[in-house]
Amino acid sequence: MGDFLLVTIQIDMHDRLAIALQDDLTNTISETEARGVLIDISSLEIVDSFIGRMLANIAAMARVLDAETVVVGMQPAVAITLVELGLSLPGVRTALNVDAGVEMLRASVDGTKGAYGTRLR
Amino acid sequence: MALVSAETLRVDAEPDVVQVRRRVREACASLGFSLVDQTKMVTAASELARNTITYGGGGVLSLQTLNGPRVGIRLTFADKGPGIPDVELAMRDGFTTGSGLGLGLGGAKRLVNEFDISSEPGGGTTVSITRWK
Repeated sequence: MGDFLLVTIQIDMHDRLAIALQDDLTNTISETEARGVLIDISSLEIVDSFIGRMLANIAAMARVLDAETVVVGMQPAVAITLVELGLSLPGVRTALNVDAGVEMLRASVDGTKGAYGTRLR
Repeated sequence: MALVSAETLRVDAEPDVVQVRRRVREACASLGFSLVDQTKMVTAASELARNTITYGGGGVLSLQTLNGPRVGIRLTFADKGPGIPDVELAMRDGFTTGSGLGLGLGGAKRLVNEFDISSEPGGGTTVSITRWK
């Protein structure tokens, strides 16, 4: 996947596990200097306010580390419920699937090259 | 109103929230709830179960399935915690005394058909939600 990290959440996480994922992922972004993070939540049957906050936190921390986050694969029933719950996931970009998410990340990473010069690795 | 089944689950620690979600999902599915309705009820249950632990210091969930004239599920979360001094304020979106988003109570109410809350300082909190098929 080149400069992007792919995280697939496959289990129903209790809160402490969600926080551990948030911390691990932030460290991994820093260590790998990833430019983008894809979080695949297609296996998640619900997103409540805690998981929603975790996703928003990851996106915010990644941004500080110069990486973009895209959440992919949200089930329609989860999306409908999120809206009624009142969660807007501020700062979190979404895409229908991993392929669309990769496209989105490529576009935004390429788009930033011009302004600050191409990154040297 | 005919009560078809009733069970109670302890809601004391974080892993119990996962268990609550699983049981509520099973109960909704067994009654033939649509996937969207299942998801709404499970999400509301998750918010309230977390509140029971975080603010109530743990408690009990009573899960009832109802039948006749209407089919539905009623969840009652009861804790013996410090109670809520101002229920109206606690229901408001964005209000929290903890570290959450303040969407738990108000959000849960929007996801169900009936919502009842009773609380008094020092007397614990009971929240009951019902979703009809």
